Amino acid sequence: MIEIVSAGRCIACDICVKACPANVFDPMPDAPPVIARQEDCQTCFLCEIYCPTDALYVAPGAEGATAVSEAEIEAAGLFGSYARALGWRRGKPGGADKDPTFRLRAASR
Amino acid sequence: MTAARQVARHRNRGETLDLAADVLVIGGGPAAAWAAVEAAAAGARIVLVDKGYLGTSGATAPSNTGTWFVPPGDQRRAAIDRRLALTHGLADPCWAHRTLDTAWEKLHALAAWGYPFPNDETGKPYLANLRGPDYMHFMRRRVRRAGVKILDHHPAVELLGDGDSVAGAAGVDRQRNRPWRIRAGAVVLATGGCAFGERMLGATGLTGDGYLIAAEAGAVMSGMELSAQYAFAPKPSALNKGLPFRWASFTREDGTAIDTAGKDRHVEVAMALQDGLVFAQYDKAVAPELRSWLRQGQPNCFLPLDRSGVDPFTERWPVTLRCEGTVRGVGGIRLTGEDCSTGVPGLYAAGDAASRELLTGAITGGGGPNSSWAIASGTWAGRAAASFAAQIAGRVDDRPVTPLGGAGLQPEAGDKETLSAAEIVETVRAEMLPLERNFFRRADALQNSLGRLDLAWSDLRRQAPVNGLAAAKMREAAAMIATSRWAYASALARSESRGMHRRLDAPSSDPSFACAFEAAGLDRVGVTRRELGQGAPAQ
Ligand SMILES: Cc1cc2nc3c(=O)[nH]c(=O)nc-3n(C[C@H](O)[C@H](O)[C@H](O)COP(=O)(O)OP(=O)(O)OC[C@H]3O[C@@H](n4cnc5c(N)ncnc54)[C@H](O)[C@@H]3O)c2cc1C
Ligand code: SF4
Ligand code: SF4
Repeated sequence: MIEIVSAGRCIACDICVKACPANVFDPMPDAPPVIARQEDCQTCFLCEIYCPTDALYVAPGAEGATAVSEAEIEAAGLFGSYARALGWRRGKPGGADKDPTFRLRAASR
Repeated sequence: MTAARQVARHRNRGETLDLAADVLVIGGGPAAAWAAVEAAAAGARIVLVDKGYLGTSGATAPSNTGTWFVPPGDQRRAAIDRRLALTHGLADPCWAHRTLDTAWEKLHALAAWGYPFPNDETGKPYLANLRGPDYMHFMRRRVRRAGVKILDHHPAVELLGDGDSVAGAAGVDRQRNRPWRIRAGAVVLATGGCAFGERMLGATGLTGDGYLIAAEAGAVMSGMELSAQYAFAPKPSALNKGLPFRWASFTREDGTAIDTAGKDRHVEVAMALQDGLVFAQYDKAVAPELRSWLRQGQPNCFLPLDRSGVDPFTERWPVTLRCEGTVRGVGGIRLTGEDCSTGVPGLYAAGDAASRELLTGAITGGGGPNSSWAIASGTWAGRAAASFAAQIAGRVDDRPVTPLGGAGLQPEAGDKETLSAAEIVETVRAEMLPLERNFFRRADALQNSLGRLDLAWSDLRRQAPVNGLAAAKMREAAAMIATSRWAYASALARSESRGMHRRLDAPSSDPSFACAFEAAGLDRVGVTRRELGQGAPAQ
């Protein structure tokens, strides 16, 4: 589930407020959005890749909240790790042209 | 230019957002996007309302989707024959041909529009796979460019009717807590399937709303017993993507292997999960290049494991089966024509909102058919809705309309309020997610579940009307119980096993059940048998 909006990284663009399909965030005046409905989060990681500053962290457990600290995630280099794996940058798509999934589909036959 | 053609003129009447359109598309996944693009190409003015955000919502956006993509001619005929042999007698080759035909055309269109397909070994674009987040991001731009008005976070709560036809919908803007009402010449339901409140990719919006609102307008469901699809996910993640598990081996807690060779690994693991924890490991992926393709091609599948500090290739980790209901199951709104009509004038259904029996029979359409179906059925529905709307274009704005919603909006008695929406969802989860109830079915257990679901339904029916956001939540709960009741009533009627419908008390397949089951009704659910080829959509 969504766990962290990094105040240090966030530029309060509110893209995540719009892009989260579960309407988890609430915008705040001149401040980072807040996680207002964490229990609605579907743990899809998509907010992470839409965020232009890699300010969001989604913990892998989908059944409840996890205690994680921003410092821990920063130290582990996990902010933006899904975006990097896909090839998305600054909240914009990239890397689909290098997707090797067709090789997996061939290999799975 | 007719009044309806100047669509989407804001007419803010007090609090409510009031709009008019030729075609209203409800949903924000691929079926909705293709329907909107096609309807707009026919010159109609379109509004698309999504519960979430067109680009991230639905089952495709968080995934990586294979399409069913086969060139015309002998190769296609052979592919259809191979597929039909797996569908347990319920599919229709004509629908497979039509789906493949339209998907072929539209995937080429996607390439021509500039979607970044990868090149295969021979340097040719590989069109049979789409990366979910990129595909839906691209489709959003395409829909916008077609001139469609997109309203995100605007769940539809009920349909509007003019006495004969569906004439629009109403809902709530959940970020402003403001009601909306859109009159339309025709409506396309592309609201996806129902995942019964499971924690899986896309499930937040997939609560069966389209089934409920279609049924209230008079539509019928088909194939609802085919709602027992489950997929593996690393526990406790929501990552129900199946492809990497092709290279998994499974063990019990004590380390003993679960033998899946030559068997359905889902069934073997489902049995083991009833006795305790099950672990998986991608140890069948040995070649380093295979491992790197897996990581690069399916990066989200590795997030839960990487973020938990597990090496998925060399260590074992707990695995679970997530219930996908009708999402990668089959059942949905019964189509009555090749144009995705539903039998209710002005109402069309596409993608997972529609029953996919004709295409996939009694097995899942995941892995290709479903995504091609979303493209093809969206296209057909969008086209048909635009031409239906064209016939009444001048009257859209002015005809008297009435709301068609019932449960959770218009109480029968209005006396008691007992269960909250969240409690009703918990009831649904308790009856529909456990393997011993839904994956493995038995008449007595189905009957017990139905009794509890019926009680929850009648409780909800007595609830006083609620407004705004609470109404949307209550309607999701209503849609989930309605879907559950159709599913289990149909599962009782099919007293045999076929494909994903596994009845422990009737384990074999009975040739006399090579038919479809239709479920209808809300306060009283009725299931009727339909012979194949009878009352089926005209060829
Ligand atoms: C993990 C996973 C992997 C998959 N992989 C494959 C694959 O490889 N190949 C394949 O063929 N298929 C696959 N599928 C199935 C495929 O994703 C679906 O068939 C496809 O997404 C269906 O498209 P759709 O547009 O009908 O529904 P969805 O994409 O599910 O979209 C439904 C939309 O309706 C909206 N909605 C719901 N209720 C309302 C309402 N009341 N008002 C407004 N909007 C509403 C939702 O917000 C959502 O945007 C997979 C599914 C999952 C879950
Ligand atoms: S998308 Fe990122 S930068 Fe923008 S508001 Fe959300 S967290 Fe902040
Ligand atoms: S993980 Fe998905 S559902 Fe959860 S906050 Fe992010 S975008 Fe929303």
